[in-house]
This record gives sequence, C-alpha cells and structure tokens, in this order.
Amino acid sequence: MYLLLIFFPLIGFILSISLGRFLSPKGSAFVSCLFVIISFFSSCLSFFEVGFCRSPVYIKLAPWIDSELFDASWGFMFDSLTVSMCVLVTCISSLVHLYSTSYMSHDPHQPRFMSYLSLFTFFMLMLVTSDNFIQLFFGWEGVGLCSYLLINFWFTRLQANKSAIKAMIVNRVGDFGLALGIFSIFLVFKSVDYSTVFSLIPYFSQSKLLFLKFEVDLLTIIGLLLFIGAVGKSAQLGLHTWLPDAMEGPTPVSALIHAATMVTAGVFLIIRCSPIYEYSSSALFYITIIGAITSFFAASIGVFQNDLKKVIAYSTCSQLGYMVFSCGLSNYSVGMFHVLNHAYFKALLFLSAGSVIHALSDEQDMRRMGGLIQVLPFTYTMIMIGSLALMGFPFLTGFYSKDVILEIAYSKYNFLGTFAHWLGIISASITAFYSFKLIIVTFITNPNGYKSSMQSVHDAPFAMAFPLFFLSICSIFVGFLTKDLFIGLGTPFWNGSILVLPEHLNIIDSEFIPIYIKWTPFFVSIFGSSLAITLYYCLSEALFKLYTNNLLFVNIYTFFNKKWFFDRLQNELLISSLLKLGYNTTYKVIDKGLIELFGPSGLTNLTIIFSKQVSILQSGKINQYAFLIFVSLIGLISITLTLSFIKYFINFQLSFIFVIYLLVNNVNFNK
Amino acid sequence: MLIDQSKFLFVAISLFFIGLCGIILNRKNIILMLMSIELMLLAVNFNLVVFSVFLDDVVGQIFALFILTVAAAESAIGLAILVVYYRIRGTVSIEYINLLKG
Repeated sequence: MYLLLIFFPLIGFILSISLGRFLSPKGSAFVSCLFVIISFFSSCLSFFEVGFCRSPVYIKLAPWIDSELFDASWGFMFDSLTVSMCVLVTCISSLVHLYSTSYMSHDPHQPRFMSYLSLFTFFMLMLVTSDNFIQLFFGWEGVGLCSYLLINFWFTRLQANKSAIKAMIVNRVGDFGLALGIFSIFLVFKSVDYSTVFSLIPYFSQSKLLFLKFEVDLLTIIGLLLFIGAVGKSAQLGLHTWLPDAMEGPTPVSALIHAATMVTAGVFLIIRCSPIYEYSSSALFYITIIGAITSFFAASIGVFQNDLKKVIAYSTCSQLGYMVFSCGLSNYSVGMFHVLNHAYFKALLFLSAGSVIHALSDEQDMRRMGGLIQVLPFTYTMIMIGSLALMGFPFLTGFYSKDVILEIAYSKYNFLGTFAHWLGIISASITAFYSFKLIIVTFITNPNGYKSSMQSVHDAPFAMAFPLFFLSICSIFVGFLTKDLFIGLGTPFWNGSILVLPEHLNIIDSEFIPIYIKWTPFFVSIFGSSLAITLYYCLSEALFKLYTNNLLFVNIYTFFNKKWFFDRLQNELLISSLLKLGYNTTYKVIDKGLIELFGPSGLTNLTIIFSKQVSILQSGKINQYAFLIFVSLIGLISITLTLSFIKYFINFQLSFIFVIYLLVNNVNFNK
Repeated sequence: MLIDQSKFLFVAISLFFIGLCGIILNRKNIILMLMSIELMLLAVNFNLVVFSVFLDDVVGQIFALFILTVAAAESAIGLAILVVYYRIRGTVSIEYINLLKG
C-alpha cells in the first residue's frame, strides 16, 4: 500500500500520456483522477497507521547508486511528517484533478494536462517520502520540471514561455545551493541517508569546514546551503520573483503547485532537516530574518497588484514567509501545521479565482470585474471563506496556526522574536486588507467588466464546485480538528520525526503572554479589513482622485505595483552583467575563441592547409614519382638500420637529453 | 689472385645509380627510361653473378638468367605500350606525360 500510494500517480501519468489519444480526453481525465484518488485513500490509511498508531514504515526498494564509497538506494520512509505531507499532497491533487476535468474541458490538450498533474503528484510524493537526500533531490528536480511544463502548458503564449523559463532558472539558483548542501553533507558524513546523517549531527556541532578558504561552522554552512534551496523553491526574498510570474499557467496548476504543495517543499526541507538547524543558531537566525522580511515584503506588494491571481500569489509568498520564520524560531511543528492549513485555504482561494476567471472567459484583471456577487454567489461564498481563513478569522483554519506563529514569535523575548512578531503583525493586517480589497473590487462594487465577458457568465459546474465545497469545509474545520494533534502541548504525534532542542522549546511560554498580545492579530485583521472596505467601497472615488492627482501617492503606488522594483534591480545589477560576461567572455573569448581555435575549426583549417601542401607533390611527372619512391625507400631503410644499429650503443634517455641540449644551444645561438 | 669484391660491387652500384639518374633526371624520352630500367636490372644481375662466384654458389647465376628472361619480356611489353602510346598521343616525351595529375 505504501508503495502504491507513491506509484499510482505515476501509473496514471503513464496511462494518460501514452494512451491519451485512444482514451479520449474524458477517459484520460477519468483514469488520472481515479489513480490519484486511490492514492489519496491509501495516504489516509497510512496516516492512520503511521500517525495515529505510531508505526513508522521504512522500505528499501532497490539499490540505486551502489559503489563502495557512496551508497544511495531507492528507499522510502514514512514517518509522521511524511504522511501528513502525503495526505495533503494527494488530497489537494485529487481535488485539483477533479476540478481540472471541468476547467480544462474545452482544451484540446487535456490528456497532456492531466498527465502532467499526475506526474507532478508522483514527484512530490517522491520528494516527501524519500529516505535520503539524493532521492529528495530527484523529487525536488522532478517537481521543478513539472512546474516548468505546467506553467508552459499553453506554449504558444510568449508570456507563459518567459515565465516558465524564469521559474526554471530562478529555481536553478536555489537548486545549486541545495546540491552544494548535499555535497557538503556527503563530504562530512560520507552518507546521504537521513537516519545516518541526523544521528551523527550532535557529534559535529562544533566542527569547522573550509568553505571557499573560509573556516566556517560546519552545521551553519550546511544549513544555509540547504536553506538556499528552500529559498528558491519556497519563493523567499531574493529568489521569490518566479512565483508571481508562474501565475501565467492554468489556474488549477497555480492552486496545486504554486500555492499548496510544491512551494511548501522548501519549508518541508527545513522541517525535515530540523536536527541540522537545531544545532546551528546562526542558520536559524538567517532563516527567521529572511522569512519575516518575506512575509512583510510580499504582503506589501500584494496590496497594489491588479491581477486577481497575482494578489493570491503574493499572499502565498507572504504565508510562506510565516512558515519559514516559525521554523527559524524552532517551532517546526507549528510551521508544518501552517503548511497543512494554508494548503486548504490557499487552494480554495486559487480554485475560486479560477472559477471567476473561467466564468468571465479568461478575464484576470480585478479592475474589469465587480458586481460578481449577483452572478457568482457560490464562488463569492467560497472566496469569502478562504479569505477569512487566510486572514486568521477566529476559529477558522488559519486562525489556529497563524496566531500560534505570532504568539511563539512574541514569546521568544529576544530581538529575533520581536522582529518576526512585528513584521508578522503588520503582514497580518495587510493580508486582511488585500483579501477584502480583492473581495470588494471583484464582487461587491459596481460592475466594471466588458459586456462580452459578462454575457456567458455562469457559476461553477459540479466538477468545479465540489472541490471548492470540500476545500471550504476543510478551511473551516481542519484547523480546529487537528490543532491538538499537530501542535498540542506534548503531542506524541511527531514521534521523533522533528527534533527540537529543549532550550529552543517555547510553545509553553507562548501560553503565558499578555492577553492583549494574543488579541493583537485579531484587531489588526479587523482594522485592515475595515480599512479596505472603507477605502474601496465607500471612498473609492476619493481614492481614485488621490491616485491620479497626488504625485506622492502615484509614486508609492508605482513602487509597490512594480514589486519594489525587485525585478528591475535584479535585471540591471546582476543579470545584465552576468549576461555580458557570459556573452563576451565565456562565449566569444573562450568558446568561440580559444577552444574553437585549438579545437574543431582550428584543426580543420590546419588539415586543409596541410592537404593543399601535400597535393602539390602530386605533379603527374613519372620521374618525380620515381625519385620520391626512391628517396623514401632509402630514408625508411636508413632509419630502420640506424635504429637497430644505434640501440646497442646509445642510451636513449641520454640521447634525448643530448638532443634537447643541442636544440637549446641552437636556439641560443640563433638569438 | 682474387680481386677484392668491393671493386665489383662498386661497379654494380655505379651502374645502378646511373640507371636511377637516367630515370629521375631524364625529361625527354621515355625510351631512355626503359633503357635505364634495363641498366638497373643489369646492375642487379651483375651483383648476383659476382656474389655467386664469390660464394661459389650456382643459384645466383641461375637467378641472373631468370632475370634476363623477365627483363626481355618486360622491355618487349614496355616497347609495345610505347608504340601504342605514340599512336595515340603522337609523342613519347616525358614532359607531356602528366595525365596522372588529378
């Protein structure tokens, strides 16, 4: 069952990609849905066995790389962390598969789409279930590949091509860090198995490693290199630019890959490597700082975006920041809890946004929507539930994880905790602001759309409505139901899959913080949402005047709308100089210059010149031929004779030295 | 009195080289070339005979006789080719025999 859980999506992929033409779009959609749903049920069973009955499962399937020095096998490890991720991935994936049958029904390439989704599910399961870093890397690259394929699904769109390539390349930077991290793990521990590495960690807590000629703390450098991988995949500050652009892909893809599952792989990696991070406080420091800044940064951009999906994308980025800084504060279980909760309401938000976009025949700009509450009441309800869960409205799913994250940040009582807490609080208010801005601008205000896009408007059909309904139920109840399981005090659920050192444990402290600190997230959320309602519902004309007349506000708007000019900074400072280096130096001087000169074209030129000189010898005169034959015969005989004669008398090495001596002397003499 | 055989060998080698020079340096007539080849064969024959006498072995002289017959046949063929060539090209000058040049 445990292996089937992983390989059912792969079977679905193979069937629908190879037999898609014969199965018809509906048939292939059915096949891939069926296999993923079976996989979901098996994950639920495994969650019961591993999570509740506390019996982790290890499967050594086959040897992969088997050399004496380096052993990596296809192995699977199902502990509590893995099965929680498995349930999450297969659940969201099944729902998205179901949703796509309707969303993509008009598309001629539906079998391909379904097969990519299944392949993604397979790779994601591979990533979370692996028992060594190499297999994790395999899954990691696989989901990156599927992300590329799915962003680029409508491959005739230039924007989609650009976004896909951007996602691939930006992720490559992160993967480079991850690969270096795995190399250094192998260098030190001579193994890439989790069990070996993590059990040896405490003995290396004071070790140093020479990195780029600097002596650095071993665990810190490993942790930071792995974190660079996580930064790339989880779209943290610096490498976040690909995530909003990835919204060019179809909306189910955004829901599955770029909101619920793949982008949380980075957070999963941090949680999985908790034994490494626990012994390196400086790595934790950087993780917290980056996570907290990301949560604020992305939220601030989200306010000023006009694309429906980009707002939600930046919201994802911001929530990922929360998860990362909660891991940085050593509360991995809380981070994992937020991963699970966030997946439900963010998938809900994306799928509802997809429903809106589908209804309006592919209109994504919020400014051309408005008044949709009249025609899409169901979708409106779903987005409302999702947004409330996202902003942490009390007793919805987001509330249980987000508030706990803010509370543990406060109860750290050090610079780091306070920093993360304040940025988190500010982002919470901004989250509420843009969530309500989205709802009001899209659904409540007067209709601003085109008549053509409004004419064929319809609410979600069953195949799209069911996943929304299911996710909304999850978004309401899952947090309440699983809070004690995942982050309850002294919960036995994690069963050793997460390591937290006793001196880092502060979830008890978070119960004893002042009551007004506990209330703060709620109040700032209410403040943010009421501000959004006031500005965009009551004062929208004043806001419009402000934006059009006041230069300062225009500048502020441009600054945030253009994403803090982050793309531009990257392009102008880094990428253009790298491109110039790549073109002028490595391409023109080295590849086309040196290597070409001494390599292929130089050799061919030399051959041509030489053969021209040789062909002069072919004069056609018999007497010259006779002369040549005679001379070469004499030469050959004399060489053979001389050698056979000389070798008895002269030491070859001495004669070689003698020849060199003669040459040198001659050269000197010539000078 | 036995004459030192190096003198005979010198004659043979000189004959051979005269034949070789006849082939290499001659630019005028192809008949001269055939004659030079004959000269070289004779030089080799001479060499064989000298050594046959010197070593008191009759095989060398028999071999020389063989070479003479073969040389006669060869020069007959060569002359025949020459005649045919003259009929076609109207010349036997080596300068104009450069059809081998690609």
